[in-house]
Amino acid sequence: MPPFLVLDGLDKSFGGTPVLRGLSLGVSQGEVVALLGPSGSGKTTALRLIAGFETPDRGAIRVGGEDVTSLPPERRRFGMVFQHYALFPHLDIAENVAFGLDARLGREEIARRVAAALALVDLPGYERRRVGEISGGQQQRVALARALAPEPRVLLLDEPLSNLDPSLRERTRRELRRAIERVGITTVLVTHEQDEAFHLGDRVAVLHGGRLHQVGSPEELYEQPATRFVAGFVGRASGVVGTLEPDGTVLLGGKGGPVQWRGTRAPELDGAAPGSAVELVVRPESLALQPPGTPGALTGRVTERRYAGTGTYYLVLLDAGEVEVLAGASAARPDDEVAVAPTDRGPAPRIFRWQNSGLSASVPVARSLR
Amino acid sequence: MKTRLPLAALAVALLLAWIVGYPLLMTLVESLGGPVGWTLGHFQRFADRPEEWLALWRSLWISAASVVLAALVGVPLAFLFERTEFPGRRILGALAALPVALPPLVGVIAFLFLYGESGFVSRAVQSSLGLEQPPWRLAGPGAILLVHAYSMYVYFYLFTRAGLARLDAALLEAAASLGAGRARTLFQVTLPLLRPSLVSASLLTFMTALASFSAPYLFGGSFRVMTTQIVASKLNGDVGLMQVETVMLSVLALLGLWAVRRADRAAGATGVRGVAPARRHLRSPLARAAAGVLGWLLAGLLLLPHAMLVLVSLVPPFTWTTEWMPPILQLSNWASLFAQPEKLRPVLNSLWMATLSTVVALSLGFMAARLAAARKGFLPGALEWLLALPWAIPGTVFAVALATTFGVSQPWLGRFVLIGTPWILPLAYLVRSLPLTGRGALAGLRSLDPALEEAAASLGAGRWRRLWRVVVPLLRPALAAGAGLAFLTALGDFIVSVVLYTYDTRPISMEIISSLRLQDLGMAAVYGVLLITASIAAFLLWGRGEAR
Repeated sequence: MPPFLVLDGLDKSFGGTPVLRGLSLGVSQGEVVALLGPSGSGKTTALRLIAGFETPDRGAIRVGGEDVTSLPPERRRFGMVFQHYALFPHLDIAENVAFGLDARLGREEIARRVAAALALVDLPGYERRRVGEISGGQQQRVALARALAPEPRVLLLDEPLSNLDPSLRERTRRELRRAIERVGITTVLVTHEQDEAFHLGDRVAVLHGGRLHQVGSPEELYEQPATRFVAGFVGRASGVVGTLEPDGTVLLGGKGGPVQWRGTRAPELDGAAPGSAVELVVRPESLALQPPGTPGALTGRVTERRYAGTGTYYLVLLDAGEVEVLAGASAARPDDEVAVAPTDRGPAPRIFRWQNSGLSASVPVARSLR
Repeated sequence: MKTRLPLAALAVALLLAWIVGYPLLMTLVESLGGPVGWTLGHFQRFADRPEEWLALWRSLWISAASVVLAALVGVPLAFLFERTEFPGRRILGALAALPVALPPLVGVIAFLFLYGESGFVSRAVQSSLGLEQPPWRLAGPGAILLVHAYSMYVYFYLFTRAGLARLDAALLEAAASLGAGRARTLFQVTLPLLRPSLVSASLLTFMTALASFSAPYLFGGSFRVMTTQIVASKLNGDVGLMQVETVMLSVLALLGLWAVRRADRAAGATGVRGVAPARRHLRSPLARAAAGVLGWLLAGLLLLPHAMLVLVSLVPPFTWTTEWMPPILQLSNWASLFAQPEKLRPVLNSLWMATLSTVVALSLGFMAARLAAARKGFLPGALEWLLALPWAIPGTVFAVALATTFGVSQPWLGRFVLIGTPWILPLAYLVRSLPLTGRGALAGLRSLDPALEEAAASLGAGRWRRLWRVVVPLLRPALAAGAGLAFLTALGDFIVSVVLYTYDTRPISMEIISSLRLQDLGMAAVYGVLLITASIAAFLLWGRGEAR
């Protein structure tokens, strides 16, 4: 069965600047997909294309087999929650929620549906309040009730939690998740926060520079990032630079080396010849601090110690790159000489083609290989 | 978001161009003798006549002097009401904006009744000092500047208050913590930060003074500025010269508009908004009393013209000659307004013409604003210019331009004879009202969160439902303010009426002038009080709408 909502090769540019290039994505009935990316990644444009506020330069959008690419927003029957909620300030809560309901339903039926929608978001009896009288969190829930009341085919959420206090965000997120589950509606949401995407999304689509980098479950994104960008953007990661060995390991040079570290290959590395420059990207929990001289470990100097409650992060400057290591609170002090080696605690390191730019280590490759 | 066909935009733009841009173009063409015999002859005559250059020079210096005087009154008042706290501050602060609601002609006659040769104050001074002659003559540039200062300081007052309210208190605190005293903070921090407000107010005052007609017309006598020079040329029947004068005045005004736009753009780059500085509470009882007395004195001075009109309206014709106070006060003038249809006629004329022009200006202005706000490109830019043009260009110029364009019948050129028909004044009022309704709507639309309309669309609301349920209700304050101003301007209009009116559709202002000519001061005051009442009613309604 084809997915319920299909984005098929969407291109969009503004004034000659491409913001979205060939975005294809399928969302199954009842599935929640989070579009995750930094600002300027094109995620908001993607949502606005789905909603119908913009038309794509190329590509198609289909819902349940119907092509809605050139349908105006008012005829798409998609519900949307806006970043700043966009509640109508001249209407009260009930009038806001009733806005999308057909007037032909009759006054009683409309009142019933408004009450039901407000009950769903846990705001029963708020009908006659004014928009300015309720808190930000309540406004967010009214916006959700308003979007859901007309029983839309798809729910769209634009950074739904970004306007809330951090203390309120987690609770609201849980309530949002529960409301979506209760309605069972196909949902696309846009966020730049990984926590939000992981919590709310059944699957997460990572966008960068207008391109879709990877779609997958949170576990897939974290443990098997498809691109170097995903590896760095989702969770913490640091990279060391080396050369690919015939057996698939990475040869790392510098102090304490040469050593060979294992990792899983990113898809982009398919067909890469042994001897190519590669970057091994490691999560902090996949590394451990060892006494200097431990076999298989690289030696470096601790440049920073950061206590974070659940663990302590150490930045260690190796010749192959600066890495972040999660260890005990008293494992080392700044300026200590330590050895760093992979463990099998966390996800396996990931091997990417070395690109002398981006988020990876600033250490020149020549020096690390000498 | 996508909005309607460019066809609608084109239609609205063409209509606006026809009633706003085309008449100005026609005036330029005809001043050059076109299209029948192109000539620079009229311009040559203009250049050869020293009195034309004198009028141009007077327009410029009167406007510049008005700016200085208005600033000298308005800026200190703004500091007094925005930066200090004393009993009665709020109500007095609102009162200080009152002169802006006084139609120019009404203000001028009120000044005449107060400070004119046989005015109330002049007589009081004369009798108390036992003088043979009135202590002064209210005429010439001094009188014009007095009226300008009274009515135009409001721009400086309002702009400076707004600027002060926007000031970040932290900047003043930073200056203080760096050792700057009160005077140094004022001159090196506060005033430079207020520059955008002051520049805007200066330009607005300059352009208003440049377009001013009532004061030069009634007080100027042989001291002619460009606006009165144009009307004099019209009375002399020298159409060619009148058109050249009109073109010259438009050029001055367009230079002004260009400066305003540049200043607006520069002002857009002002810094971050912080917390407004707290008002200084006047603690010492002496200072409080002084501020209070000063404030109430000021209020008295501001209200004096209004009170004077009410008083004069109660004086029967020719009963008040040399006394200090009028000997007889009765309602006979008011009674004759309703007893004699000919006296009520101008009121009804002004009412229907103002209503019609306001309704059309509101809808046309809103349509144009919506089209101008929705897109970028040539057409919206042109629409915005057409909406701004009647604001920048003096009313006298538009009156002449409309008289030129709609005084002949050339249907294939879009020219019809409207002069002498009841339709010319409503059309003129409409043109003059467009900036008030259209620019207000445009500003409102630009500040409207586009997400609100998108939200309505995503909830299934089509174009009309979005307009009526979301956009119009949200813009209601801006639209109401624009329409109210447009209605008041049309109701009290003198500047275009004096050029274009016909006897059958004579508006209130023309009746005021003819009452003055007939020495029927009581009737003139009655009409003045009517206009003031309408202004104050609109002011209060507007204030209530704001508070909601």
